[in-house]
Amino acid sequence: MRQFDYKRATDAQGAIAAHAGQRAAYLAGGTTLIDLVKLDVMQPERLVDVNRLALSEIEDTEDGRLCIGATVRNTALAYDPRVKRDYTVLSEALLQGASRQLRNRATTAGNVMQRVRCSYFRDGISPCNKREPGTGCSAIEGHNREVFAVLGTSEHCIAVHPSDMCVAMAAIGATVAVEGPDGTREIAFSDFHKLPGDTPHIEHALAPDELITHVTLDAPIHGAGSTYVKLRDRSSYQFALASCAAIVALDGDRIREARLALGGVGTKPWRCHEAEAELAGVAADDTAALAAAARRAMEDATPYKHNAFKIPLARKAIVQAIKDAAARAGQGALA
Amino acid sequence: MSEATMGRAVARIEGIDKLTGRARYAADVHPEGMVHAYGVYSTIARGRIVSIDTHAADDMPGVIAIFHHDNFPKLHRSPASFPEENVVDELRTPFEDDEVHYAGQFVALVVADTFEQARDAAYRVKVSYDAASAAANLAQGRQAGETEANRTERGDADSAYASAEVKIDATYTTPVETHNPMEMHATTARWVDGRLIVHESTQGVIFARNTLAKNFDLDPSQIEVHADFIGSGFGGKLWLWPHSLATCAVARELGRPVQFMLPRQQMFTTSGHRPETSQHIQLGASHDGQLTAVVHDSINSTSSINTFVEGCGGSTASLYASDALRVTHSTAVVARGTPTPMRAPGAGVGLFALESAMDELAIALDMDPLALRRKNFTDTDPSDGKPWSSNHILECYERAAELFGWAERDPAVGAMRDGDWLIGQGLAACNWDAMRNPCDARVTLRPDGSATVHCATQDIGTGTYTIIAQTAADTLGIDIGRIHVAIGDSTFPHGQISGGSWATASILPAIVGACKAAADKLIEYAGNPGAPMADAEADDLVYEAGVVKNGKGDQATPAEILEPQKLPHAVGDFHSDGSPEDGYAYGSFGVNFVEIGWNPNTAQLKVRRVVSSIDAGAIMNDATARSQVEGAIVMGLGAAMFEATEYDERTGRPVNNNYAEYLVPVNADMPELDVILLNHPDYHLNELGARGIGEIGLTGVQAAVANAVYHATGKRIRDLPITLDKIMDETA
Repeated sequence: MRQFDYKRATDAQGAIAAHAGQRAAYLAGGTTLIDLVKLDVMQPERLVDVNRLALSEIEDTEDGRLCIGATVRNTALAYDPRVKRDYTVLSEALLQGASRQLRNRATTAGNVMQRVRCSYFRDGISPCNKREPGTGCSAIEGHNREVFAVLGTSEHCIAVHPSDMCVAMAAIGATVAVEGPDGTREIAFSDFHKLPGDTPHIEHALAPDELITHVTLDAPIHGAGSTYVKLRDRSSYQFALASCAAIVALDGDRIREARLALGGVGTKPWRCHEAEAELAGVAADDTAALAAAARRAMEDATPYKHNAFKIPLARKAIVQAIKDAAARAGQGALA
Repeated sequence: MSEATMGRAVARIEGIDKLTGRARYAADVHPEGMVHAYGVYSTIARGRIVSIDTHAADDMPGVIAIFHHDNFPKLHRSPASFPEENVVDELRTPFEDDEVHYAGQFVALVVADTFEQARDAAYRVKVSYDAASAAANLAQGRQAGETEANRTERGDADSAYASAEVKIDATYTTPVETHNPMEMHATTARWVDGRLIVHESTQGVIFARNTLAKNFDLDPSQIEVHADFIGSGFGGKLWLWPHSLATCAVARELGRPVQFMLPRQQMFTTSGHRPETSQHIQLGASHDGQLTAVVHDSINSTSSINTFVEGCGGSTASLYASDALRVTHSTAVVARGTPTPMRAPGAGVGLFALESAMDELAIALDMDPLALRRKNFTDTDPSDGKPWSSNHILECYERAAELFGWAERDPAVGAMRDGDWLIGQGLAACNWDAMRNPCDARVTLRPDGSATVHCATQDIGTGTYTIIAQTAADTLGIDIGRIHVAIGDSTFPHGQISGGSWATASILPAIVGACKAAADKLIEYAGNPGAPMADAEADDLVYEAGVVKNGKGDQATPAEILEPQKLPHAVGDFHSDGSPEDGYAYGSFGVNFVEIGWNPNTAQLKVRRVVSSIDAGAIMNDATARSQVEGAIVMGLGAAMFEATEYDERTGRPVNNNYAEYLVPVNADMPELDVILLNHPDYHLNELGARGIGEIGLTGVQAAVANAVYHATGKRIRDLPITLDKIMDETA
């Protein structure tokens, strides 16, 4: 950890002003940021504390969506009755992430901004295009079993986006509200996280000094069932090896609409539109058809030295998640 | 007379201190004027330091000094001698030269006013290297050369194997595991008038003192090593590591107290690990299951600084009867720090191989694996022909099998099911040495009726404080609340390390002897001229329940005896010996039964139940002993399914060097644990019948899991840990 300057803001514009013109970072829960500062991976000259901003509420919108303040803690979000009822997948994803102590501290916006767990990024010294553009990717030929992707990778970076919450949000659909020096704007959740391509140091769509103020979830699909299946070596406190957020609405015994997103395998929260399309009209207990959709979801996957197993493992997560979500769906419910 | 406490689940006497934060650990000690040290660590695995640029760090706020090989004081090396009670696993002293032997080796040490300043400055020290090629793992190390450390042979194992009716030939491999106690290594050192006073997180205050005496060319009496409380060690804190020596050295150079805390990342490099092993096993048997040949050839990774031998075959020579046997241990050099004992060294990984092979043999014989083990039971130690002092492994088998329900097991692979989950059941034997070593203790009886026990041992969280108090309370016949236990200080009477599962068996006989000696001293004082029982014949006086009595029914309290004579106390000293040479072989025994569930749909593997039965002599405290076994089982499950230190093959740097990515079991992984402690005293070993219980619970756990996994899945995993990808059905 290097010496840094600390400013506490009480409103968004104050935070943005304190952030401007500095090598600065917004401090919310700090569960990623402080770790990386201590490890000397991030070297901010100033931390702007946004915990006092009035952004800790969860509110219904007039058009049936749910607006989540940036500093709503993971625990508060997971146990919110509206989230548990209408967005079960999100509650389950949150509760399978990190540990209770971390969830009590970590915030919604902070989780959207979570940094990768790649050991070569975090060691502060290995070549890493994300940390030091142009130095190369140590993971591609290195140890790449756990927190390394098979989808959305490039020759410049293969680090998984580690968030569970974001996988659920990708399946639900959401909008990220941000505020900057020039005012506010909205970014579709699916556009927020960037694929590494040849610029893995550019991780998100935020402009300089912009601050996330809210994440608004799309309205729930009436009658749908949802779940989050997370597969990993140990039962808690481990990032996903492969996970699937599934939202399934039925028409009789058949799938009317399915939404799938994957974690542990993608360089960003990974929505599976093509597999979703294949599932429409499929009988929810047709394991062969579900497996075919799972294969479609993973057909573009690129295995690396130690993580080829993630491809079949993700397929298993997908099939299990669809089945479990379908089992929860209201029979014959109509939107 | 107070009620006897031995064997009972007496609560830890230091528990409240730990819960309330009153207990002071090594880094909680902050002497006046203390400053902080932080390391700079090698980023290459092998080579030389070309230059160290401290420019950017030198003038930073708070920075006091930056040490490295060019300006570090020369220290003397430890003899690395167990008989001298002076052992290190890194023979090279810190900053001895410009050579780098492993990634994470200390290359500089920054001292500053605060921890944060020292760390900040350390990040700004720039080191350039001339890197050399190095073996990144055991396989590469073996290509460069293997060195045989020792061998044990009975008969002609190769020809017996060649002619065996049924054979198993398999190789088992285990990864590096890293000690991850909650409390990281820490040293707080100061020099006072030429004396070195160190607060150290150590499993052995005497060994630490002796090593520092050698390093600094001092008499041991000039050194105090304190370890009031230790947040466990698991073997990683048996001997001193470079940070301890370096901290003491810079405290002397600067003339100020210095504190050093090893970051979790460096727990993975500079303070030991369980080495990587490869173990080749050959078992030969007759059709009825009698072993006729046993071969266990093992090799482990070691460092270029020191040779560490993992005794994988230690149990193999003793556990089963076989006329023909060969056990060999070899090493190969890998560019990592030196390995060190980690809970159940040797047998911990050795029984994974042997007990997996026994399961494979049972299947080849179409024989129940429990019946195979019963068939090969031996009531003498085959390694030397001596009868066991006390071996109840057959009772362990019987009781654990009954509680587990082994008789209801369907032996066919994949035949047992619970919904989507296939059920597998397996077992493996446990074994650990039973040893005792010389130990001194002093007991002081005071006028207020209290007693203090002094012994230079320490409690690493196992319950040593409490069983010492119980032993003294019962021997003296006074309430345990009147016993003060003073340990964790090298200036006390010579005590034992907390290791090898021998602390209990070694320390308690010395406590008993010292209590009796103190009581005798009180009797002597009672009979002094002018004392309450001056007119009694010495032979008529007895000590009982805190008082001295004469033949007439009179009694005198310590106050009545000591105060009129202006005596502050009555002191008893005692020395107890090491293991008896009485013609017996000593060991502890047991068995673990494990039930796992495997869901082919999701590839998930879960341990559902563990039943363990342990024969470890008399149990001194049912709560702390049970915790030892349960904790060991948890560690064994971690070794079976999760733990592996992964290194980057190009740089030699550990890549999962933190609690998030180095996986140890969490509560959600833990099954129901049933531990049966047989509690049969072993009076040959000592008058308490106590052996030790820290390690045995871990042995055999990995094999029991592997055997259960085979039973459920049909897949024989011979490479730990058994992760879900190794058994995944990719077509399902």
